[in-house]
Amino acid sequence: ELTFLSKREILLAYKRFSELLPKEERENARTRRVPKSHILTLPELRANPFQHRICHVFSTSEAGDDSMSFEDFLDMLSVFSDSATSDIKSHYAFRIFDFDNDGTLDRKDLEQLVNCLTGQGEESRLSSMEMEQLIQNILEESDIDKDGTINLSEFQHVVSRSPDFASSFKIVL
Amino acid sequence: RDSRQTDIKYLSGWKKWKRASSKSLKKILSEAKGLSSYVVLWRHDIHIIEGRFGTAIQSYFSFLRFLVLLNFIIFILMFSFVTLPTIISDYGIFNSTIAKISSKNIEYNCTIYEPNGNKGLIYFYTYLQDLLTGTGFLEVTSLFYGYYTADAVWISIMRYNLPLAYLLAAFACLALSLLWIIKRSVGGFKQSLVHDADPFQSYCNKVFAGWDFCITDPDAAQLKHRSLKYELQMDLEEERLKQKIADRTIKERLRIYSLRIFINIIVIAILSGCFYSIYRVTVFSQEKSSDISSTNFQANLFVQYLPSIVITLANFIGPQIFSFLIRYEEYLPAFEIILTLMRCVFLRLANIGVLLFSLWSQISDCATDKCEPCGYNYKLYPCWESDVGREMYKLMIFDFLIILAFTLFVDFPRKLLVTHCSCKIVQWFGLQEFNISDNVLEIIYGQTICWIGTFFSPLLPAIATVKYFIIFYVKKISLIHTRKTADKPIRASSSKFLFLAVLLIGLVLAFIPVGVSIASIPSSKACGPFRNFNTSWEVVPDTILEFPRGLQQVLFGIASEAFAVPFFIVVCLIMFYFIALAGAHKQVVDQLKEQLVLDGRDKRFLVQKIAEAQRH
Repeated sequence: ELTFLSKREILLAYKRFSELLPKEERENARTRRVPKSHILTLPELRANPFQHRICHVFSTSEAGDDSMSFEDFLDMLSVFSDSATSDIKSHYAFRIFDFDNDGTLDRKDLEQLVNCLTGQGEESRLSSMEMEQLIQNILEESDIDKDGTINLSEFQHVVSRSPDFASSFKIVL
Repeated sequence: RDSRQTDIKYLSGWKKWKRASSKSLKKILSEAKGLSSYVVLWRHDIHIIEGRFGTAIQSYFSFLRFLVLLNFIIFILMFSFVTLPTIISDYGIFNSTIAKISSKNIEYNCTIYEPNGNKGLIYFYTYLQDLLTGTGFLEVTSLFYGYYTADAVWISIMRYNLPLAYLLAAFACLALSLLWIIKRSVGGFKQSLVHDADPFQSYCNKVFAGWDFCITDPDAAQLKHRSLKYELQMDLEEERLKQKIADRTIKERLRIYSLRIFINIIVIAILSGCFYSIYRVTVFSQEKSSDISSTNFQANLFVQYLPSIVITLANFIGPQIFSFLIRYEEYLPAFEIILTLMRCVFLRLANIGVLLFSLWSQISDCATDKCEPCGYNYKLYPCWESDVGREMYKLMIFDFLIILAFTLFVDFPRKLLVTHCSCKIVQWFGLQEFNISDNVLEIIYGQTICWIGTFFSPLLPAIATVKYFIIFYVKKISLIHTRKTADKPIRASSSKFLFLAVLLIGLVLAFIPVGVSIASIPSSKACGPFRNFNTSWEVVPDTILEFPRGLQQVLFGIASEAFAVPFFIVVCLIMFYFIALAGAHKQVVDQLKEQLVLDGRDKRFLVQKIAEAQRH
């Protein structure tokens, strides 16, 4: 009821989560927090360019160290599961893409987003002229009120008409 | 799942049973599918290639696998209907005998045919030469048309009409290839039709939904990064080019069009040059090879292989020139690729056509009474079908040897040079990329040769199967060890359909020579199953005349105009109906798109209102 996952998936998630903890702490895995470095060793997140953002968005740690408890982990898997609604997915996608956490996607966020997509390293980035042209095109397509940023409703509108979003925004353990 | 379970409570017993049985059927089907995927040839190898090099290169290898299977099936067909009965009757198994009906009114001179099947002591290199050129001991084997000199085969008491079987088996092979290719390409065609319409949000779609969160392998992630970067760059460049094209002044447009016309004239000149040289070389080679007395091994081999060498040279140089010239024509990148591909396809297939045409001009060279009694040049070509089969055999062997030689002597040394020698010029050359279109054209060229040669040399598909089987492993090893991963990943979905479309062009081209030689060139009287007929096609009307009168009348009726014209009209009507249906569907799709745009505008208006309200 709280998540979109089935019972079997929750049990599998519990098993994978407790594997991330050192042996002595596995007994009360439900209350422990796993540091970010351990989460990033999961194969599903290892190759993902948005790994840091994902940990940051789903972590409820007050210390700000992006560590995740089991509930955070379940939350994340639930949003990324097949049965999550497109609304929930686009909401969280917006938060993940918002690199400076200011509630809107401005030019800097978009630039960082494109750099994440094209890969790490200097030679895999687009030239500044291409980046300018690309961001101009994106804003033209999605910025409705022409304020130079994309807010949540604009983002959800654009994503709802994108055919690939539902199938690509998915992680299955 | 919940809603289904609540439904079940309310459903009657019959519907419950139906639902349960459809569920179990689906399960059984998916398990069967899972099992059958184990039986597929090279499934594991192609999977590895896909993971490391991307879907476009994987589509090349699965295309190769398709050709291996196709050739194998064609071989089984020809073997079981043509070769097997002949071999059985040759060795007298099952009390079988061959009936050779002696010809009624054919000149004696036309029937002289003495293939020198190597009697007595000969040098070893003659065997090698014969193997490479299809003469000598190979000429009298079941590889070539000349072996099947039987008019009927009697197996116990059954009469097996070999000429009819030969003709129908050849047609069946071509028809089977056609049907199989069409079936495979329909899927790709549908896909390319659906994805063809440019969505009006392509950039947002690529950026926000571009990354596949399911990727777990770092190598696949690298590949995805590269392909995303390339796609974005390509789209941006295309937009820039479109802008540039729209901005062109009249003067610039005149300049570009005249340049394009000039370059097309150059292309046509190059093509005619190639065709003429192939024609001259083929004529020269045929004239020289009929002069058997020359025993110089190398020179003889060289003369025999001269047409193949010239064709391969033309196939190699032509595409390089085309890709150099097309840069000056300033088309959009997507169109550039298609135009170069079309030109290369035309070059390769037309080369084969010119070779066959020059062969026929030699065979039907009736200038000075050379072919008076028999209808063809009987002195030089007593068994001309075997000669044509031999040319196709030589082309195929040479093609195979060239591919092996290129891999051994160009790719591997290049890799060695690049890894061990660090001087600048070598590093600038770098490793070679796997050029998909060149490789695909190569194997399509080989397959066209195989189709043309199937009528003249029934065992040629077997050679083609073995050839492609070996080429798969050669290319795979060369790819893994000597190629760098491409900087420019190509769109895979359109490639699959493109390969099959070009293969279809090759098949249609293969129909033409076979059709012409069956229907209009007199079959050779000295060898083969069609000695007693004027042309090879005549065996069909002859057989029909032996049918009962009623059936004959029906068949004649179908072939007459009284039936053909109404049939044609009905087919046209059906075609118009489908075209109209497709047009109506497209209209509906356009209307729905417009509705989406209107919906979007409504939504935008509402969002604007919300934003305004939020601001206050």
